[in-house]
Amino acid sequence: MSMALAFPQQAARRTRYRLRRVVIEAGSAILGVVLLIWSLLPVYNMFLIALDPEEGEIEFDGNLWPPEPSLQGFRDVVTQQARYLEDFWHQFGNSLFIGLLAMVLTVVIGSLASFAVSRLRLSKGPLLTNIALLTYTIPASFLIVPYYRIMHAYGLSDSLWGVIAAQVAFAFPFAILILHLYASLIPLELDDAARVDGASPLHVYLRIYLPLMVPALAVVSIYALLLAWNDYLYQAVLLTLRNMTVSMTQGQLFADVDAEWNAMMAAAIIYVLPPIALLFALRRYVAASVTMVSARV
Amino acid sequence: MSADQLVATRTPVSVKRPWRPPERGHLRRSDFRWGIAFIVPYAAVLFAFIVYPFGYALWMASKPSLYADLIADPHYLLTVVNTLLFVGLGVNVKMFLALLLSGFFLRRRWWIRALLAVYVLPWLIAAAQACISFHWMLQQEGLVDGLLSALLGIDGPIWFNNRWLGVGANIVAYIWKWMPFWTVIFLAARMTIPRDIYDSAEVDGAIGVRRFVHITFPLLANLYLVCTLLSTLWTLGDFTTVFIVSGGGPGGYSNVLATLGFHYAFDTARPALGVAAVMSALPVLIPIVIVLMRRFHASEVRL
Repeated sequence: MSMALAFPQQAARRTRYRLRRVVIEAGSAILGVVLLIWSLLPVYNMFLIALDPEEGEIEFDGNLWPPEPSLQGFRDVVTQQARYLEDFWHQFGNSLFIGLLAMVLTVVIGSLASFAVSRLRLSKGPLLTNIALLTYTIPASFLIVPYYRIMHAYGLSDSLWGVIAAQVAFAFPFAILILHLYASLIPLELDDAARVDGASPLHVYLRIYLPLMVPALAVVSIYALLLAWNDYLYQAVLLTLRNMTVSMTQGQLFADVDAEWNAMMAAAIIYVLPPIALLFALRRYVAASVTMVSARV
Repeated sequence: MSADQLVATRTPVSVKRPWRPPERGHLRRSDFRWGIAFIVPYAAVLFAFIVYPFGYALWMASKPSLYADLIADPHYLLTVVNTLLFVGLGVNVKMFLALLLSGFFLRRRWWIRALLAVYVLPWLIAAAQACISFHWMLQQEGLVDGLLSALLGIDGPIWFNNRWLGVGANIVAYIWKWMPFWTVIFLAARMTIPRDIYDSAEVDGAIGVRRFVHITFPLLANLYLVCTLLSTLWTLGDFTTVFIVSGGGPGGYSNVLATLGFHYAFDTARPALGVAAVMSALPVLIPIVIVLMRRFHASEVRL
């Protein structure tokens, strides 16, 4: 009190400073709550439907939590009791096959090409990033009609490999850009030193390039897996009942007015888990390389 | 073993010309072969699954009469307007909010870190599944209508019975799904801005909004531009959101080009018209790609 009387100006400044802090803290708390609701509302809706014991129930009855939550929906999915989901694990296996192979092929083929251009110093190197970017001239969904026809010509109609090829081709541009930017952070002298010691390009690729590029490869893996995991259009058009995937079944159930929607949402929640697990496993690498790459652009 | 013997066994190796770093474009033949071998798989996939389908699409859409049909179809013009809205609002609102929110997530508080983990969840949830949840939330008697009547006491509209509500729902769902991805990109970029720049700016009186306008934004401007252009390309090609959230409803009035093309090709069995519909976006796509290429090369020179 006496301090405030002695230095009125300073005290006023201190109050203003304190007020500012309170406003900032209150503001971030409110923003935090808004973001939490924004992010979780659709997820919450998924759980609400999945845990409802009634099959065809998507209405909101005013209860924030289902009065009698039941795991019946999940049980029906896991034991393959629900309609359309009799082969759930087979469908899940197909989705996983597409996702994992698209991921591995994108990483392997993309890193080989990127290595050849940025590390072996092929002439016309910048051409590669340009071609990768040119691919973006045509979004994936715009090519579905020609794909439908071309897959017949390739003998890949109704084949998981056709879908994988499409996903890999459309994952390339971003993969190449990330690999290219990240590779520019690694000094070429490392490669040169190994070459002087007699290592072949393949050796340099395996022993120097790949280990140093792990963070970028982690980002490319996540990206490619999510791209294939998010895809609905290519699977729905190129595949038939013989090779159902989880996404296709979801589309089929969605179109049915009388489906077991709690089981369907339970299947959706199960389907959502693998990418989350992968990101969690690779989070350190992803954080490292996202930081480095975004600083370079 | 004597030193002489050691030297003797090593000579054959040193007779071979030692490896020397090449000038760009003057590779040794064996290196060149390796390079070609490494590129062949990429080139093969690119040719078989991008170049050829693209050429095929151009060939399918090459008849001028198709474009006359498109212009004559009132749905096409509607769809162009919807696409411009979807892309214009979807990209810009999302990118700007992501840029602002990245500043919020930069704060060092344990609960903000925890919130970030929840906040990136939409990006990890598969698109079709998330969109189905959005669709059901907006159904009559769905979660949104229920909350509206419980909290505000108003009856929600029938969302998919109105063109603008349908387009709006698509845009909101799209922003929900993709904003976290860009926020993380901007967050990472902000983390690389050195602390002392802000310290010296603070001495000069740049805090709060002024700090954002004069320091943060200029430093992130190039990244912001590149990301916005990339996002524009991706948003133009987005099919799942519109196909599932509004389903193009009511009666195709909230379609975008990707879903209209699909509708022409698979519902009305006019594949060539469908391809022509999406190909009509090329005049917008090509300049964006050219600007992107220049930007990437500009940043490469700087490296």
